Amino acid sequence: MGLGIKHLLDLRSLQKEQIEEILDTAVIFKKYFSSSREKLDFLKNVSVTNLFFEPSTRTRMSFEIAAKRLGADVVNVSVSTSSIVKGETLLDTIKTILSMNVDLIVMRHSSSGAPHFLSQRVNASFVNAGDGYHSHPTQGLLDIFTMKEKLGKIKGLNVTIIGDITHSRVARSNIWGLKKLGANVRVAGPSTLIPKDLEALGVKVFYDVDEALDDTDVVNILRIQLERQKETLLPSLREYNRLYGVDEKRPVFTKRKILVMHPGPMNRGVEISDSIADSEMAVINEQVTNGIAVRMAVLYLLKGNGNLNKLKEELQ
Amino acid sequence: MKKKILLKNGIVVDPFNNIKEKLDVLIEGNIIRKVAKNITDSNAELNDVSNNYIFPGLIDMHVHLREPGREDQEKISTGTRSAAMGGITSVVCMPNTNPVIDTQASVKLIQHIAENEGIVKVFCTGSITKGRKGEELTEIGDLKSIGVVAITDDGSSVMNANIMRRALEYSKMFDLPVVSHCEDLNLTKDGVANEGYYSMICGFRGIPNASEDVVVSRDIILSKLSKGHLHIAHVSTGGAVKLINEAKKEGVTVTAEATPHHLFLNDEKLSIFDSNYKMKPPLRAENDRKEVVRGLKNGIIDCIVSDHAPHTIFEKEQEFDLTPFGIIGLETTVPLVFTNLVHKKIILVEDVIKKMTINPAKILRLDIKGIKEGEPADITVVDPELEAVYKKEDCASKSINSPFFGMKLKGYPVMTIVEGKMIMKDRRLLV
Repeated sequence: MGLGIKHLLDLRSLQKEQIEEILDTAVIFKKYFSSSREKLDFLKNVSVTNLFFEPSTRTRMSFEIAAKRLGADVVNVSVSTSSIVKGETLLDTIKTILSMNVDLIVMRHSSSGAPHFLSQRVNASFVNAGDGYHSHPTQGLLDIFTMKEKLGKIKGLNVTIIGDITHSRVARSNIWGLKKLGANVRVAGPSTLIPKDLEALGVKVFYDVDEALDDTDVVNILRIQLERQKETLLPSLREYNRLYGVDEKRPVFTKRKILVMHPGPMNRGVEISDSIADSEMAVINEQVTNGIAVRMAVLYLLKGNGNLNKLKEELQ
Repeated sequence: MKKKILLKNGIVVDPFNNIKEKLDVLIEGNIIRKVAKNITDSNAELNDVSNNYIFPGLIDMHVHLREPGREDQEKISTGTRSAAMGGITSVVCMPNTNPVIDTQASVKLIQHIAENEGIVKVFCTGSITKGRKGEELTEIGDLKSIGVVAITDDGSSVMNANIMRRALEYSKMFDLPVVSHCEDLNLTKDGVANEGYYSMICGFRGIPNASEDVVVSRDIILSKLSKGHLHIAHVSTGGAVKLINEAKKEGVTVTAEATPHHLFLNDEKLSIFDSNYKMKPPLRAENDRKEVVRGLKNGIIDCIVSDHAPHTIFEKEQEFDLTPFGIIGLETTVPLVFTNLVHKKIILVEDVIKKMTINPAKILRLDIKGIKEGEPADITVVDPELEAVYKKEDCASKSINSPFFGMKLKGYPVMTIVEGKMIMKDRRLLV
């Protein structure tokens, strides 16, 4: 048992069993902290740096809380205070940080593969908190965790991801994780925002959102960026909303309830309506809560010298 | 007395004179004195080259020597040494330097440095447009008279079709080929890798095949209109191969080249996020790679070129998005071609060597007559059985941005002779 890995960079390179171990570990942490505020000390004297080259509120905060609950020393570095503006290369920035005895770097970066590049060159553990359009493994894990918690299983679930798949690290992480655990994954979105080769991942592609939603168990609605309009990928957000916006008028909602998820931050009135976002079907805030447990599990398994069984003994 | 070099027992493969035969070659001073069986000359330095090939000096018609402007990446002195290690006796340098090679003065500068510091022959190209901005034609007649062998805006496409039309029309008067880097910049946009399965899983912004094919198609049509000689640089797609094939059948004056990386690598390696796999055009999908090989085999693609593009370590050791496009290649063309084409019996040695000798010579109108008595002694000797791992330590270029380090290759150049002077022997530079 134990993950047997030094970094968490993406879900593509994880085995099904590793994903399951993270999810099961997160269950224990969630349970423990639902009744306690007492910090743990699995990461005592472990130095964690949250290095964010892109703005983030929830992910950065979530990692910070997760690390602190495990007893780690946490430093937050954000782009506005970094040396990048002074012309320093990323590799030099990381070497500088590591010279201050940092054990683990949680990094968000706008370039796909940035943490992979660094992890091959320096001696520290990396947790990818989002790289370009490539990967956001802890978001994928917390989404899957939430689905499993609410619906009891992943295998055989029909999960629909709606929106800009091409530019979404969340979509990629969901797809890899869900496929490995046996879910049926489909995407719906404008043809300009779905990669041509997506079906090679075993994903079904729909351009009609209602068709995709017809017998779906979960819908994961992605944030649509205004800049896609400028890039001629979309004529307007208005038309996007008309074609892909999820609101109460979608036929599926007249038939039954489905689990509604969104990685945030939401554009209300664009990809999701108030009526859906605030409905009892939506678990958007619970996703945030679960994010802490999942990130604790990741940090614990990477740096806490532990594994699932050991944790069970300690906390149960 | 002039120095004499005798190459004994080698297999002369010379497409200029249609020779493939075991012959001795005697060099005296800077010329080839005699090509015959069983030459003996007690005054000559004797080199037994049994089981090795003796080729006319190889030509690489697509090389970035980076001087002037980026001497930290490469200099004419180091780039020509890299060529010598790679068995290349003539390089054609691209004009995307700083300043751009768009006037006689800048051509003269390169010729001057090459004469003093270079160890292989350096031919210049001039840019099509002033400053490579794609707006106004350079003084192409002037450039021709100082010795440029082609014009090109390599590194970027001439996006204005009318300017490309006029360039082809005008250069025809001077019998100069127009080398086109075919890339629709609107389709490429901020792409960093081939648009396909691997860019999708890596989250890289894609460069579609269409970015190349659209401009290849446009330039072929313009070549038809203008009757100018169009040479398509670094072909990477099956679509481009098809378009060039059709154009050739129609009698359009079009020629083309391909690089070893587009012939022997595909986009699979993107998933390791190594910037040594980032170049333009990007490494394409496996089926495109196969089509490029087929195009080379069938004579649709005329030349093999390295597109040697040196970049410093700090430039390449960055996020994939930020790192510059291109890899070095002067020293790996021959071993890669032997390993992947000759030894695998995909193309015969006498056919593949045309792509690095007579074909580029014809395209560039170079007055080369091959391994013939009285001609300049530019010769490359290749040991087809020499097997070695390509190592950074052996690299003569100033830069080390290559995906081929650590690869075991078979068939290396063992002698490079320029104008009768042995500049590389047994994998060591002599100058």
